[in-house]
Amino acid sequence: MTLLELDGLRKEFGARHRTVAVDDVTLTVHEGETLALVGESGCGKTTLTRLLLRLLEPTAGTVRFDGRDLAALSTAELRRVRRQMQVVLQDPYSSMNPRMRVHDIVAEPLVTHDPAARGRRGRAATAQRVAALLEAVGLDPGIRDRYPHEFSGGQRQRVSIARALALEPRLVVLDEPTSALDVSVQARVLDLLAELQQRLGLTYLFVSHNLAVVRQVADRVAVMRRGALVEVGTAADVFGAPRHPYTRQLLDAVPVPDPRRARRTRDTAPPANAPRDPAGPDRPADPTGQVR
Amino acid sequence: MTTPAPLLEIDDLRVDFRLDDTTVHAVRGVSLEVRPGETLAVVGESGSGKTATALSVLRLNPEPPCAYPAGAIRFDGRDLLTVPDRELGRIRGADISMVFQDPMTSLDPLQRVGAQVAEVLRHHHGLPRSAARHSALEAMDEVGIPDPERRYRQYPHELSGGLRQRVMIAAALVGRPRVLIADEPTTALDVTVQRQILDLLVGLRQRHDMAVVLITHDLAVVAETADRVVVMNAGEIVETADVHDLFARPAHDYTRRLLAATPRLEPA
Repeated sequence: MTLLELDGLRKEFGARHRTVAVDDVTLTVHEGETLALVGESGCGKTTLTRLLLRLLEPTAGTVRFDGRDLAALSTAELRRVRRQMQVVLQDPYSSMNPRMRVHDIVAEPLVTHDPAARGRRGRAATAQRVAALLEAVGLDPGIRDRYPHEFSGGQRQRVSIARALALEPRLVVLDEPTSALDVSVQARVLDLLAELQQRLGLTYLFVSHNLAVVRQVADRVAVMRRGALVEVGTAADVFGAPRHPYTRQLLDAVPVPDPRRARRTRDTAPPANAPRDPAGPDRPADPTGQVR
Repeated sequence: MTTPAPLLEIDDLRVDFRLDDTTVHAVRGVSLEVRPGETLAVVGESGSGKTATALSVLRLNPEPPCAYPAGAIRFDGRDLLTVPDRELGRIRGADISMVFQDPMTSLDPLQRVGAQVAEVLRHHHGLPRSAARHSALEAMDEVGIPDPERRYRQYPHELSGGLRQRVMIAAALVGRPRVLIADEPTTALDVTVQRQILDLLVGLRQRHDMAVVLITHDLAVVAETADRVVVMNAGEIVETADVHDLFARPAHDYTRRLLAATPRLEPA
């Protein structure tokens, strides 16, 4: 079943010097799957997630969630739909108020969206719910009165996952959720995300530049370059038989944690100062050579 | 084949950070050595002490709170931990230079990039402006910066992340150092740019017979570039091995766990 449908989505920034950040993106996300959106910095993947969460107005095109066009919804309706779409960002430190306790961080969406969570009776119910959420992400509910800076990066990311799950969303946008973490911590957070998806029937849009991580988590993969999708397919197809040259270029660039294989690719690679693809990602897109 | 003598030798290094009410033992007895033409990777997770170790070589840890209660760092018959500041100043950038993760914070935003590459030559080698400019342009060309004449006049913010990293590498190499210390040189870069920078470092090391110390958290980067590997955890070395041995037969449990946690495109 289709949960999210992007149709001809486009976003331009700037009036005089127009930049097309998202260029006619059409994409479907099915309920219960993990769709990975991959691409390098500046390719538009973050702008695309902001469009589908309706944190940004598209220049053209539509976003349908559960069959409903987000642009056609009233403010109250949009609010209800938004409860079902939550987001986890890369850096759990900058996405949390350092002066709020863990309990208040996780409870905030409940208190904001649900009148029943407020007031004296609401407080008790909320406390219970927060404890259950902390347990679900593998944290001891006893940490509820502590502050974000008291935790490691992995623990903070678990808190932001708990917060994202507070409203029982159907879609969770994971924007580089493990990029700031050490590899051993990353592995455990990825395991947790997989377990939660299975248990709660979640749909993930997993935004990442790390293809090795995407290989582990994705059912399907969409490859983005300069605002446009160049390839969409099952993970097996995109990784096993990439159709677009840019996808192949990305895959070839991924370092291999095996010295024998790594050296083999090195010997066939062109020397570092050989002329590069003039449209390659090391060059700014702007023809004047200035970084946007 | 005879093995050349070590160029840089760290012997039982201890690094403390003395804070108000506590002392953190960041590095607890680390010994390692690098030879000319060799890339030694120091790999570990955050808090392992790998960066504190690297910064100690040029005494770039802020003192205080940093202190070196024990150990020696031998280079050219001198102990870098005890040489006078003036002498260390002559070694920095000339004999031993460093490349950092984030070129945006290590390049001066108010100075044209060319001048920053040439600075080492003016400062250390006392070259006149025109000769320094000429060598700087050569270095920029060697690290694959297209149109170096134009880039020379630009400011860091006008360059992409990959080009900024190349500028920093050019600045690190222009003085022809014998040891290059690279601290997470590709961590902030996109994967295709990372590939280019790693290939560049490998090529430059071979061409100039440099010793490279590569600090990284990424075992895939280690596999691509290193000859030997030091694995650090909690301020100590848990394993030192040839790169092929490390991946084929990791001896330490921590190394095995790191390898198991490293995501890969294809199953091993």
